[in-house]
Amino acid sequence: MRIGLDIGSTTIKCVVLGEAGEILFRSYQRHFSQITQKTRELLEEIRQKLPQCLRARLAISGSAGMGLADSCGIPFVQEVYATRIAAKKLIPQGDVIIELGGEDAKILFLSGGMEVRMNGSCAGGTGAFIDQMATLLDITPDEMNDLAGQHEKIYTIASRCGVFAKSDIQPLLNQGARKSDVAASIFYAVVNQTVAGLAQGRRIQGNVVYLGGPLTFLPQLRASFDHTLGVTGLCPENSLYYVALGAAFCADEEVSLEEAVQRLADYHSADQYAFMPPLFRDRAEYEAFAARHARDSVARRDPETYRGNAYIGIDAGSTTIKTAVIDEEGAVLCSRYQPNSGNPVPHIREFLSDFYEKYPHIHIASSTVTGYGEEMAKNAFGVDHGIVETVAHFTAARRFRPDVDFIIDIGGQDIKCFKIRNGAIDNIFLNEACSSGCGSFLQTFANALGYSIADFAALGLFADRPVDLGSRCTVFMNSSVKQAQKDGASIENISAGLSISVVKNALYKVIRATSADQLGQNIVVQGGTFLNDAVLRAFEQEIGADAVRPDIAGLMGAYGAALYARDHVPQKSSLLDAQALKSFSHEVKAVSCGLCSNNCQLTVNLFDGGRRYLSGNRCERPITKKASDNHLNIYQYKLEQLRQYQPVPGPRGQIGIPMGLNMFELLPFWHTFFTRLGFEVVTSPFSNRELYLQGQSTIPSDTVCFPAKLMHGHIQSLIDRGVETIFYPCLSYNVDEGLGDNHYNCPVVAYYPEVISANMEMGRSLLITDYLGIHRPKDLPGHLHEVLSRHLGEIPLKEIKNAVEAAYNEYHAYFGRVRAQGEKIIEEARRDGKPIIVLAGRPYHVDPEINHGIDKLIAGFGVAVISEDVVSDRVKKFPTHVLNQWTYHSRLYAAARYLATQPDMNLVQLVSFGCGVDAITTDEVREILESEGKIYTQIKIDEITNLGAVKIRLRSLFAATGRE
Amino acid sequence: MAKLVYDKTGRLLFTREMKKEYTILIPMMAPIHFNLIKNVFLYQGYRVELLTNHGPNVVQEGLKYVHNDTCYPALLVIGQMMDALHSGKYDLDRTALLISQTGGGCRASNYIHLLRKALKKAGLEKIPVVSINLSGMEHNSGFKLTIPMVRKMIAGLVYGDELMLLSNQIRPYEVTQGQADALIETWTQRLTVQFNSGRGFGLKQIEANLDLIARDFAAIPIRKTPKVKVGVVGEIYVKYASLGNNNLEAFLAGQDCEVMVPGLMGFMLFKVDNRLEDIKLYGGSKAKFKVVSIFMDYLTRMETLFIRAVERYPQFLAPSSYAHIKELARGVIGYGCKMGEGWLLTAEMLELAENGYGNIVCTQPFGCLPNHIVGKGMIRKIKSLYPDSNIVPIDYDPSATRVNQENRIKLMLSVAREQLAEASAVSKETERETVTV
Repeated sequence: MRIGLDIGSTTIKCVVLGEAGEILFRSYQRHFSQITQKTRELLEEIRQKLPQCLRARLAISGSAGMGLADSCGIPFVQEVYATRIAAKKLIPQGDVIIELGGEDAKILFLSGGMEVRMNGSCAGGTGAFIDQMATLLDITPDEMNDLAGQHEKIYTIASRCGVFAKSDIQPLLNQGARKSDVAASIFYAVVNQTVAGLAQGRRIQGNVVYLGGPLTFLPQLRASFDHTLGVTGLCPENSLYYVALGAAFCADEEVSLEEAVQRLADYHSADQYAFMPPLFRDRAEYEAFAARHARDSVARRDPETYRGNAYIGIDAGSTTIKTAVIDEEGAVLCSRYQPNSGNPVPHIREFLSDFYEKYPHIHIASSTVTGYGEEMAKNAFGVDHGIVETVAHFTAARRFRPDVDFIIDIGGQDIKCFKIRNGAIDNIFLNEACSSGCGSFLQTFANALGYSIADFAALGLFADRPVDLGSRCTVFMNSSVKQAQKDGASIENISAGLSISVVKNALYKVIRATSADQLGQNIVVQGGTFLNDAVLRAFEQEIGADAVRPDIAGLMGAYGAALYARDHVPQKSSLLDAQALKSFSHEVKAVSCGLCSNNCQLTVNLFDGGRRYLSGNRCERPITKKASDNHLNIYQYKLEQLRQYQPVPGPRGQIGIPMGLNMFELLPFWHTFFTRLGFEVVTSPFSNRELYLQGQSTIPSDTVCFPAKLMHGHIQSLIDRGVETIFYPCLSYNVDEGLGDNHYNCPVVAYYPEVISANMEMGRSLLITDYLGIHRPKDLPGHLHEVLSRHLGEIPLKEIKNAVEAAYNEYHAYFGRVRAQGEKIIEEARRDGKPIIVLAGRPYHVDPEINHGIDKLIAGFGVAVISEDVVSDRVKKFPTHVLNQWTYHSRLYAAARYLATQPDMNLVQLVSFGCGVDAITTDEVREILESEGKIYTQIKIDEITNLGAVKIRLRSLFAATGRE
Repeated sequence: MAKLVYDKTGRLLFTREMKKEYTILIPMMAPIHFNLIKNVFLYQGYRVELLTNHGPNVVQEGLKYVHNDTCYPALLVIGQMMDALHSGKYDLDRTALLISQTGGGCRASNYIHLLRKALKKAGLEKIPVVSINLSGMEHNSGFKLTIPMVRKMIAGLVYGDELMLLSNQIRPYEVTQGQADALIETWTQRLTVQFNSGRGFGLKQIEANLDLIARDFAAIPIRKTPKVKVGVVGEIYVKYASLGNNNLEAFLAGQDCEVMVPGLMGFMLFKVDNRLEDIKLYGGSKAKFKVVSIFMDYLTRMETLFIRAVERYPQFLAPSSYAHIKELARGVIGYGCKMGEGWLLTAEMLELAENGYGNIVCTQPFGCLPNHIVGKGMIRKIKSLYPDSNIVPIDYDPSATRVNQENRIKLMLSVAREQLAEASAVSKETERETVTV
C-alpha cells in the first residue's frame, strides 16, 4: 500500500494506492492551517477505513508539507516533481501540463526537452486570487464560473498580480460592468498571467493537460485556456490528486501507520519564528486603551423626533458603501455601512427609499457623494455635489480635531494619508497599486481561516508573540503567513502579525516615515480597518504616540461629505425625491467606443428619464462627440512629431525600428541616419493591447517593467511584417546633456536588445543589437561603419559620416521643436491663467499604452501639460543627494529644481512599476520639490488601464493647490 | 575629538585625525574573503571592524531607513550598519562607515548616497562615510587606497577564492566532518599573522601560500560519492552573503549537494576589463587603455598562480580562467553588457554547465535590473546550448519567504537527482559492459 499526501497552501489531498496501483481511498479538503492535526486525522481515517493495512509506503508533498515532513522524518517530494512523476505514468501522451493550485501556478513541458516551471514570488496566487475576486464580487467561485459562461465581452484586467487585477476590477464593478463579463475577464486574466509568467518563450501546444483545484472545478477557466492557447485541453480523472499520486508513486519507505500517527502526535513544530512584542501586556492595558478611544464619539440625534433640514453624505468606496445623514449641527441622524457587492446603485437606492419612508418629516436640503462611485451616484440619483475623498476625509477629521495635521485612512482597497498645513491638504500619500488591498486582505484572510474580519482581528489582541510578517505587498504576506504556520505560529499570533503588517505597510511603504514626529502632532486615523482595535493599537505602538480614532472611523468619508453638503446648500436639491425614486430604473450595456484607435470598452448605464452615465472612456470624445482639445499638451505634440518620421523608399532596402523604450527619443536620430543612407525606415506601430499580447509569451522575466515587456510585441510586429533588418542597438550610454555626473541608460534600456535576441525567434529577419556609443559623436561613424558593413555589406565611411552628422542635427532639432512648443504652451497657459503640470517621466512614457492617457486626463482638467525635457535645460548642473548618473533621470532632477521656483507649475511623476531606478529618483525629486514647499505627486503605472485612482490623486493635488 | 570637515558639496570628510581615533565599520559580504581583507586595513593603521550582526532587526532597520523598492542588498547593507550604530556598542562620535562604490550604471552605485540619506533620517549625519572604489570617486584625506593596499587586497581575494573553492569541493565528501572548515580557520589565522607582519603579499609568497593551501586541502581524507552538483551565481551580494540569500549554501549542503560558487577574482577582472571594453567599443584614450591593461595583466597573473596551484592536485577541479569564461560568452551576450554583474553572470552559468555544475541557482534581489537581462533573460539561450542545464532563478527580498525559495530550489534538485540517477545508471551500465569485454 502506498499513501501520498499533498499539503498545499489551502487544502490537503490524500490518496491511498493498493498494490496494483488502484485507488483505495482519496480525500480533498481545506485544512484551515491546522496542518498537523488534519494530517493526523486523515491517517486515522485511513486506518479505520482500511483496517487491513498496517504498514504503507508514505510520502508527503506540497508547499505547506515541507516542514512537517522534515520534522517527522517522512520523505518529502517536491510537488511539481510529483506531478511530473504522476503524469509520466498516467498520461504519457501529455505534452504540456498546466496546474493551478491555491497559490502556485505551474507549467510542465513534458515533450521536446523537459522543463518544469513554477511562478516566481511576485506572480501571486491563482486559486487564492480567484477566491479573492469571488469575495469581491460577493459570489462563490462556482457562481463565478456559471456567470462567466454567459459573458458578452472581455475587459482588460492586469494580469501581473492579484492586487493589480483587483484595482482594475473594482472600478469596473463600480461603473456598472456586468458581473458575468467581469467573471469571464478574471478567468482570462488568470490565463494571461500564467502564459506571460511561465511560458517564457516556449509555445504551449500539443496535448495540454489541466490539473489542480481551480482548473478542475471551473470549466470556464479551462475554456479560457483552450481559447487563448488554441487547443482542446484535457482535465483527466483525479486531476485534483496528481501531486498526491506522484508522492505515492515516489514513496519507497515503508512505515507503520500507527507509528506515523504517533510521530505526528509527537510533532511540535519548531516554534521558532520572528516575532514582535505583544499588542497589550494585559487586559488592564487594553481597557485603558478602549476607554481612551471611547471619548472620540460623534453626537447623535434621534431621527424620529428631529424636524428640519438634513444633509446626506455618501461615500461610494471600493468595497463598501457608507452613508450618513446629519442635522444642522453635524449630529448624526442615521448612517449605514455595508459592502457594495460590486455595485453601489441598488444600495444607495435602498438607503434613500428606506429613509424617505421612515422619516418623511425630514427634508433633505443638500447631498454630496465621494469615492469611486461618485460619478455614477451623481448621474443615477442627482446627488448635488461630488468631492474627492481626501477633501471629504479632511472635512470630517477636522470635526474631531480642529488642529489635525495628519490623517491616515485605511480602507478596503486604499491607504490614504495626508498632511495638513495652514488648513489645507498639503502632502498626499496614496498606496501604489502594489501594496493596496489592506483592509480587504485582512478580510479575505479571515474568511480563508473561517472567521469574520472583526473576530479575526480581535483574536490578535492578546497574542503573546505576534508573527513578524514584513511590510510588503499582500501577495508576499500570503507566503509569509504560510511560513509562520509552518513554524508553528498560532492563529492569534498570525492575526496580530497581520494587523501590524497593515500598519507597517502604511507607514514604511506608503508614507515612508521613520518616526511619529514626521507625521504630525495631531493624528486622526480612520477607515473601516482602524475599527479593529488590533490595527489601531499596532499603529499607536509603531509610531509611539496616541492617535484619535472617531467612533465613526468607517464612516468618515460619508460624514465629511455630509458636512460638505451642509456647508454648500443649493437652492433646491437635485437629489431624487421619494416620488422619483419609485420610478427609478437602471440598465447596463457594454459597447465599444470606436471613435479613435484606443477603442475603449465602454459601459453605458441608462437610468429612467434618459439620464445616462458612461464609463471606461479615456477621453471626453464619446460624451461630447468631439475630439478633445490637446493643444496645451506636449505629450500629444511629441506623438505628432514622431508620426512625421515616415518611411522613404530607398535603394538599400528596409530597416525596421521598434517603437519602444529609448526609440521614443532616438527615432529622429536613427530615422534620419538610415534614410540618409538610402534605407527605407519602417517603424512598428504605437503600442496597443493586441501588440502587447503578441509578444507576451516571449517575456523571460515577469517582473521587468511594462515598457520593456511591450518591446517584445514591437519586435514581433516587425517580424510579422517581414522586415528584413531590425535595428535595435545596445546603448550603455546616452547622450551627455551635462546635467549629471555620468550619462548612462538604465540597465533595462541599455541592454534590452540582448533579451530580445535571446528570447525571440527572429524568423527571416536579421536583428542588429550591436553596442554603439552615441555619446561619442566623433567615434560613432567609424564604429557604425564597421557594424553596418559587417551585417549589411560595405557602406562607404564618408556616407556614414554625413548621415551621422545629419542624424545628430535632427536629434537636436527635434528637441529644439519640443522645447519651443513647450515654451509656447507655457506662455499660452500663463496668458490664460491656467496652471501648468510638468508630467515627468521617461521618453517612452509618451506611449499611450504606457501612460494610459494620463496626459489627456490632466489636460481635461483645463491644465497645460509639459514634459520634463522642456524645462530640464533651464538649470545648470547642481549637487544632488544621489549619484546623478543616468541621462533620463538627470532631467527629472533638473526639471524639479526649475519648477520649484515657478509658482504656477506642479510636478507629477510617472513611474513604471518595477522601475528600480525610480526607487532612487522618486525620493530625490520629492526632496527637491519639498525643500521649496512644493507638493510631490507620483503616479505608478503598469498594465493597469483604469484611471480611477489616478483621478483621485490628481484631484487631490488640484484641491491642495486650490484648483478644486 | 576630531573636527567635522566638509567638502564644497557638503559631504562630510573622513580626515587624518579621524583615522587615528575612529572605528570604521565594514558590512559583511563574503566572510572568508572579508575576514582576510580586513587585515589589510588593520596593517595600514585603520581601526576597522567587520560587522557580523544579523537577525530580523537588520531587515527592520533597512526597511525603516531605505526606500523599500530599492534593491535588497542596499536594504541589508544599510540595515546592518544602522543596526550596529543603534546597538550601543559603538561610540557614535568616533565611528565611521565604509562602503564600496562600483560606479557603474546599476543602482548599486548609489548605495553610498542611500546610506547617507539613511544617516540623515536617523539624525546621525555626524558619521562619516568612506567610499572604497577604483574609480577615483570621493576623496578623503584620512583614507587613501594606495597601490600597495590594492595589491594586498587582491592577494586577500585570491586566497579567499582558493579557500572557498577548495573547501566547497572537499566539505561534502569529508570522512571526518569539519576538517575543511577548520582548515579555513587555520589558514585565515596564518595569513592574518603573515599580513600583520607585512608578509604574504609578494608574488613568491603568494605562490607558495597558494600551493600550501591546496596541499593542505588535498590531504583531507574524503570519500567520493555521487552528489548533486549545484552552481550558485547571481547578484554579488545575495550570491555571497548568507544574510542576503537565507543561508543558501547551508541549505544546499543540507540537501546533500556539492556547491560551486564562482570566486570574486572573476568579478574584479570583469570590472577592470570593462574599462578596456568601453574603449574598444566606443573609443577613448590610448594611455588609459595602457594603464588599465597593466592592472589587468597583474590580476591575470594572480589568477594564473591560483589556477596553477589548484591544477597540481588532480582531485580538484581548477577554476576556469577569466579569458576562457569570457570566450564562452561570445555570441551569447555582448561584452558591452557591463552593468551589475553584466555578461559575466551569463558566462559563469555557461562555465558551470560546461564543468558539470549545470544545476544552477541564479540568485537576485527582487526586481534587480541587470538580472532581467543577464540572469533570467539568458536562461533560454543557455538551455539551448546546454540542454541538460537546470537553472532556477530565485528572488530575494525582505518578505520573500524561505519556504517559497526552498520549494523552488527543491524542484530544481528533484530534476537534478533524477539526472544524477540516470547518469550513474548509465555509468554502471558502461562499467558492466567494460567488465564483460
